[in-house]
Amino acid sequence: MNHPEDDQNDVRELRELLKKSVPRVHAELRRDLWPEMLQRLDSRTTRVPWFDWALAAAAAALLLLFPQAIPALLYHL
Amino acid sequence: MELLQRFAHGDVDAFEALFRQFQASVYAWIVRIVRDPAAAEDLTVETFWRIYRAHARFDPEGNFGGWARRIATNLALDHLKKARRELPLAVDPPDEADENPGTRREMREQIARAFDKLSPKLRVAATLALVEEVPYDEIAEALGISQTTVRVRVFRATRILREQLQGEMGKGGEL
Repeated sequence: MNHPEDDQNDVRELRELLKKSVPRVHAELRRDLWPEMLQRLDSRTTRVPWFDWALAAAAAALLLLFPQAIPALLYHL
Repeated sequence: MELLQRFAHGDVDAFEALFRQFQASVYAWIVRIVRDPAAAEDLTVETFWRIYRAHARFDPEGNFGGWARRIATNLALDHLKKARRELPLAVDPPDEADENPGTRREMREQIARAFDKLSPKLRVAATLALVEEVPYDEIAEALGISQTTVRVRVFRATRILREQLQGEMGKGGEL
């Protein structure tokens, strides 16, 4: 088991080595991301919920299987 | 009504104001974790998308920046988990100005490889604590863990890195 001072030295040494080895990054944001955010907001809000699609598919399937129901459906619409 | 209250009620204008106020700091935090500017931009938008969806759960008396950072950290961590093995850490070209005999390119590559092998949890703790020198209390808050846990993760990361480097460089090598 290492002595605590050795561990501290290891951490210091590793810190220096890591700083030189891990890619440097520029932390400044270089462009406004709001247009992308807005796009995301718009696309999600205009998206038709899956339940509506399922309902439409079920209705279409029903009409295909029972075409005689079409006049009744039109009557009720 | 105050900005945070309006946001909590789902006001998009308030959300835009908060987005513009915090996008740079959220991006800066994420890019320090994932080390990839393009991914950090995507994750910043994803962070705010989640923030927007969770507006009703936000307490207007709370700390928006801290909340955003917590969500951003979780997303960055998930990204690292997914990207593991797909995106090995690139090594910067050597900077001759600060080059010294102890840090040759070969050694940098060994360290980067060893770092890349760390689990995402240890890598995030090590990146923030050792590379970015973020205070432990900030890391703890962002990760939603105690400072002690952060210290343990950094210690474990250090030990694993040391062992891996010793393995690569042979028993007689430094570190």
